[in-house]
Amino acid sequence: MVVGKMKFTFQKRVKLAQGLWLLSWLATLGGAVTFTLGCFLKTELRRRGEVMDNTDIHCVPNTLMIVGLASMGINYFASRICQDALDPGRFPRWKTFLKPYFGCSVFFTTLMLISVILSYAMKGSLETSLKIGLKNGIRFYKDTDTPGRCFQKQTIDHLQMEFQCCGNNDYKDWFEVQWISNRYLDFSSKEVKDCIKSNVDGRYLVDGVPFSCCNPSSPRPCIQYKITNNTAHYNYDHQTEELNIFIRGCREALVNYYMGLMNTIGAVVLSVFLLQSSVLASVRLLQTSMEAVAGQENVEIETEGYLLEKGVKETFMEYVDPVLKLLLLNQVTPPEAKPEAGATGTTTTTS
Amino acid sequence: MAVLPIKFTKTKRDKLAQVLWVLNWISVVTGIILFSLGIFLKVEINKRQDLMAESQLQSVPNMLIAVGLIACVINFLGGKICYDCVDTNKFLRWKLVMLPYIICTFFFTLSVLVGALMCYSMHGQLEEALTLGLRDAMRYYKDTDTPGRCFLKRTVDQLQIQFQCCGNEGYRDWFQIQWVSNRYLDMSQREVVDRLRSNVEGKYLMDGVPFSCCNVNSPRPCIQYQITNNSAHFNYDFHTEELNLWMKGCRQALRDYYTNIMHSVGLTVLIIWLFELSVLTGVRYLQTSLENVLRQGDPECESDGWLLENSFVETARSNFNIIKHLGKFNQINISSNGDPNIDKPPTAHYGPDNVPPKPLPMAS
Repeated sequence: MVVGKMKFTFQKRVKLAQGLWLLSWLATLGGAVTFTLGCFLKTELRRRGEVMDNTDIHCVPNTLMIVGLASMGINYFASRICQDALDPGRFPRWKTFLKPYFGCSVFFTTLMLISVILSYAMKGSLETSLKIGLKNGIRFYKDTDTPGRCFQKQTIDHLQMEFQCCGNNDYKDWFEVQWISNRYLDFSSKEVKDCIKSNVDGRYLVDGVPFSCCNPSSPRPCIQYKITNNTAHYNYDHQTEELNIFIRGCREALVNYYMGLMNTIGAVVLSVFLLQSSVLASVRLLQTSMEAVAGQENVEIETEGYLLEKGVKETFMEYVDPVLKLLLLNQVTPPEAKPEAGATGTTTTTS
Repeated sequence: MAVLPIKFTKTKRDKLAQVLWVLNWISVVTGIILFSLGIFLKVEINKRQDLMAESQLQSVPNMLIAVGLIACVINFLGGKICYDCVDTNKFLRWKLVMLPYIICTFFFTLSVLVGALMCYSMHGQLEEALTLGLRDAMRYYKDTDTPGRCFLKRTVDQLQIQFQCCGNEGYRDWFQIQWVSNRYLDMSQREVVDRLRSNVEGKYLMDGVPFSCCNVNSPRPCIQYQITNNSAHFNYDFHTEELNLWMKGCRQALRDYYTNIMHSVGLTVLIIWLFELSVLTGVRYLQTSLENVLRQGDPECESDGWLLENSFVETARSNFNIIKHLGKFNQINISSNGDPNIDKPPTAHYGPDNVPPKPLPMAS
């Protein structure tokens, strides 16, 4: 059962080849764009890598880069094929190349589609990674003297100022963590001793936030300490005050930022995918219609072109069988060993 | 004696015309670059308009924009002329236009040079504008309820965060102004009233700075208030503490930023000026060599090209005389009664032998 059968006159073949040449160069450009977008996404993810717990999310930009490079190669060969297609003398040299070429192209095109789906599906993983990373960042904020953690304070401060956010879920996360190092606490003062004694773990907790949570758009000077204490500040009600510090949590801010980025990239890569599929389909139609012309005297006859000679499943098995055979190459087939064993058995008994 | 004469064969002339055609198109691109540099500079200055007092700073980007547009037009015309110069017949079309064109381009190139020099000399104006502008911005920091000034707080905070600076010269500038609005001061408290009374003008001054002065690289949480009071904070000495707040003043930070931009822009404009000058020289050589070809009459012959026909001084003198006589075209010469033919020797020519005819006998 043939899939996608179409009739092609000579003029139609010529037009197909010309259109395909233009389309394949456009698709090469699309592949380059995909590669660039993958590099850009990877750079952006690495910039904030310190507040991410794992690098699972990096599979998206890695896939995009691989697919972009592969797409440039596929479309370059597509343009070469269509250049030679109309010349019956030069076309036969592509014959052996075409089957693996189509196999690879279909594989990488499906990979492109998978990368688009991944970019939407990895949201949960990203969120979890950021949750753990930010929690650690806030916990180690005060450890500016511990090697390996001394830049956490700087990272978190820069993050909060740039993304206009405070804490993990919101600013209250800072109330549960001791973010002032013991080096700067006066242990001889009564107030400090009371505060530490009142806490089970002996931590110095305050209802205050670091200065990087302060909102520059606030009309009044920033209130960082004793945030929940209305009487400590004149004309202040912390329930209604929204402009003083950033209300949003940094996890939400970062997830929104990255999902926005990946949505845009996903849309662009989807259009490149559609372009590349059409290029591949056109190459296949051109190739099959030219095959009927080969060996004929009159080059201008009308021929048929098709996408797949057999059904989808049969074609798939046809491609996958050689790969499977390659993998099973060094396995010994059991039925052959049995008659051998039988033969050796008979020889030993006779000797 | 011509200035810098060069001999041009026909092929050399043609090649010169073609090269100049390409160079003129490149000059159109550089004109667009000039235009975009002017726009970029204008945007950068406008971004921080709130922090700069009124000054003539806008003249530099405006000049660059105008010069860029004129460069595009002039070089487009130059490209067209050079394209036609390969063919001597087509050159006749442009013959009368070329000299005025060259003179215009010469003055235009001078204005490009003026533009480049203006970029470098903006220094003094910039410093003054920044000093006054920053001082006012800090003074109105607290006026977030006054229309027209309500965004100054945000502007100053974002400036100090982005440029990593504090105050005008340093953080001490904040000690001398009241940056906390009266709306947020509890006038019933004794401490507030004492502080207001202790100041001549009734301002609430304190040794504290806004949060935007805090240094991100500090290992300890930011100390914004009671900065000069060592005993108010544990393990703190404000004389030796350098990482707590930004030490640099915002005037210096902004000045350095803008000076860098101006120097880069000025350098690019200078390079473009040199390029335009070389194109102009090429066009002048082309024009003079083609005019000499027409003078000699043979399109295939070798001709001379020069920058000036006579020496510099003589050309200046003749041009000056022309300009002097331009104003005298309707003046009458009174020495000979207005008649220009008086006292002129006879110059009549009487045939090949030059023998004057005998006077005819008169009837008596």
